[in-house]
Amino acid sequence: MRAVDAMLECLKAEDVDVVFGYPGGANIPTYDALYDSGIRHILVRHEAGGGHAAECYAKATGKVGVAFGTSGPGATNLVTPIMDAMMDSVPVVFVTGQVRTDLLGTDGFQEADVIGITMPAVKHSIMIQDPSELPMAIKEAFHIARSGRPGPVVLDIPTDLSKADIEYEPITAVRLPGYQPKSEGNVKQIRQAAKALAAARRPVIYAGGGVILSNASEELVAFCRSDRFPVTTTLNGLGGFPAPDEQWLGMLGMHGTRTANYAMDEADLICCVGARFDDRITGKLSEFAPRAKFIHIDVDPAEISKNVPAHIPIVGDAKGILEKLKVEYDALEADSARLTDWWQRITGWQAKHPLAYEDSTDEEIKPQRLIEAVYEATGGEAIITTDVGQHQMWAAQYFHYNRPRQWISSGGLGTMGFGLPAAMGAALGRPDQTVVCITGDGSIQMNAQEFATCAQEGIPVKVIISNNGYLGMVRQWQELFWEKRYSSVDMGQYPDFVKLAEAYGCTGVRLTNKGTLVDDLRAAIATPGPVVVDVAVTREENTYPMIVPGEAARDMVG
Amino acid sequence: MGEPGVKEVLSLQDLQASGSVKTGRKHILSILVENKPGVLTRITSLFARRGFNIDTLSVGPTDDEHISRITITLDGANHPIDQVTKQLHKLINVLKIRDLEPEDAVSRELAMFKIAADTGARAEIMQLCEIFRGKVIDVTKRSVVVEVTGTVDKIEAFERNVRPFGLIEMMRTGEIAISRGRGET
Repeated sequence: MRAVDAMLECLKAEDVDVVFGYPGGANIPTYDALYDSGIRHILVRHEAGGGHAAECYAKATGKVGVAFGTSGPGATNLVTPIMDAMMDSVPVVFVTGQVRTDLLGTDGFQEADVIGITMPAVKHSIMIQDPSELPMAIKEAFHIARSGRPGPVVLDIPTDLSKADIEYEPITAVRLPGYQPKSEGNVKQIRQAAKALAAARRPVIYAGGGVILSNASEELVAFCRSDRFPVTTTLNGLGGFPAPDEQWLGMLGMHGTRTANYAMDEADLICCVGARFDDRITGKLSEFAPRAKFIHIDVDPAEISKNVPAHIPIVGDAKGILEKLKVEYDALEADSARLTDWWQRITGWQAKHPLAYEDSTDEEIKPQRLIEAVYEATGGEAIITTDVGQHQMWAAQYFHYNRPRQWISSGGLGTMGFGLPAAMGAALGRPDQTVVCITGDGSIQMNAQEFATCAQEGIPVKVIISNNGYLGMVRQWQELFWEKRYSSVDMGQYPDFVKLAEAYGCTGVRLTNKGTLVDDLRAAIATPGPVVVDVAVTREENTYPMIVPGEAARDMVG
Repeated sequence: MGEPGVKEVLSLQDLQASGSVKTGRKHILSILVENKPGVLTRITSLFARRGFNIDTLSVGPTDDEHISRITITLDGANHPIDQVTKQLHKLINVLKIRDLEPEDAVSRELAMFKIAADTGARAEIMQLCEIFRGKVIDVTKRSVVVEVTGTVDKIEAFERNVRPFGLIEMMRTGEIAISRGRGET
């Protein structure tokens, strides 16, 4: 059997039912094998679209995503999704074609050193040296991508090797002596954490994307309900704890709620679960949570004490650890009354600083209102994907996520152009769900070519463009920190998104009526097939509240 | 403290943070890796990306042909060593890392010195060689090449002593180290 045929058998064995990709000279053998393999292939219009779609197929389903690209430019176009998957710990296997082995290193046509280019952006990468290695390489790639702290794995296959005949035996086990991720948390440390929580008067549970990756939302909720623990999450953790909820403080960080950031600032104990104290969370590191001791639960030991020294480190999978932590905590029978003062302080902040914006007095649609309208129109149940910028923060603030994998966004890398392919991946992974992409007029143009993919493949994504004619977040920073010198942020009213949608074979709708916005959105979302909704919003609206870059969280503005 | 209804199972004040400590001394990391293409690049790329500074680096085979050993020295004043080792451990091809304590290991380096040695100076250089247990491995009319093996201190002392004669060039391998006692490094 040809090595590529064996590879597709291996993909089926890994439960792969859909692949996103783009053919080219060096991976034609792979596409020949795909032709009658039974695996669905989505022909994207740019490899980056395929990469992001594979990521979000993974984010929406919890399975490993797969993206194909050819050598050279095909592979370099995948670099952004690879890095994006690295930053947000998304399990994706990227398979790239490579020039023939006799051309390697000669600057052959469409040759690029993909392994070298992607080295700092991958969890692992494998260049096939012998065709018989391919089945084991696939097994290892999937194992590494999905276990421990998940991440991207790149597999580079020279075209001559992919055509070669091999003896195929299904692979049942991998042998990776240098890779043994730890999953069980240390029992003593868990016990110590429970005691610290029982002793805390001002605790905060700070959860991140690790809770989603570990499928630990139920355990997180159960643990938080053991007492009246206040809970906040990062951008990537949204949906890990259901919102709205009495114990929910909202998202924390740069555009988080004042309540969440103030609670972190005054906490005496912070229990971090699957998050990494990113600079968008901490603000000025030296003034971050100055009174707090830290419990840090993470599957990646290198995250512990990387940015903030941990007092009680627990290395392992969040799901099992939270379950044990609850048992240990319950056994201590701590008195909830000790948290009364803390909750008084928190509810005081909530009353004084709710997330709010000033609605327009005329027909103008505020971008925050648009998000609220999407929430109402979908009954709060749709899967939401976003791009990056102001609309992303408003979507995080004004839509309430009540379950894991409902919120899909590019957190660590902040990749514009992510939202539309993300929605495609999510829609293919979860055909039972309505998938809405909330995007901006800047971001959508970075992967707008995927409208063609949606139309051709009948992927029923609903794309809502919060259109202010600006690169809004950069404009906001220029307004606040650069004396309103709006350098290269005005996008004008180009293109006409309704016409663009129609040209691509999607339905295009322009909504302008504030009074009927919810109903109009509901109708647009109910329209079959891919739909693009263009909504002109207030041009110069700022995302607040905000931690000023480099300043302390307690000094939030707006 | 003694409030009604509150159990003092543990005092938060007593909790100590761990990790990310800069030790302020030189560290020798002895790293076993799979002998596969690109492994050294993965390690140096990791150091570059994380801003860790390598002082010396040496790579060689071990008694197992599938495994190589990389010895890296770096300054614990600049980096929290635990963060360096934890990041290294994440590389799939890295099998084992040992941060060798100076008192628990013996370390050596090989250096070659090309020294200007006209007839007048040659005798004195030979004498220094003897003191440092160096070996002359090449002689011409106007130069000698000396090989010296030893600790970093010894090599640096030899360098100071021969420099006045005219040090044409010097090459050093970087340190390698092995643990003391019967156990494997």
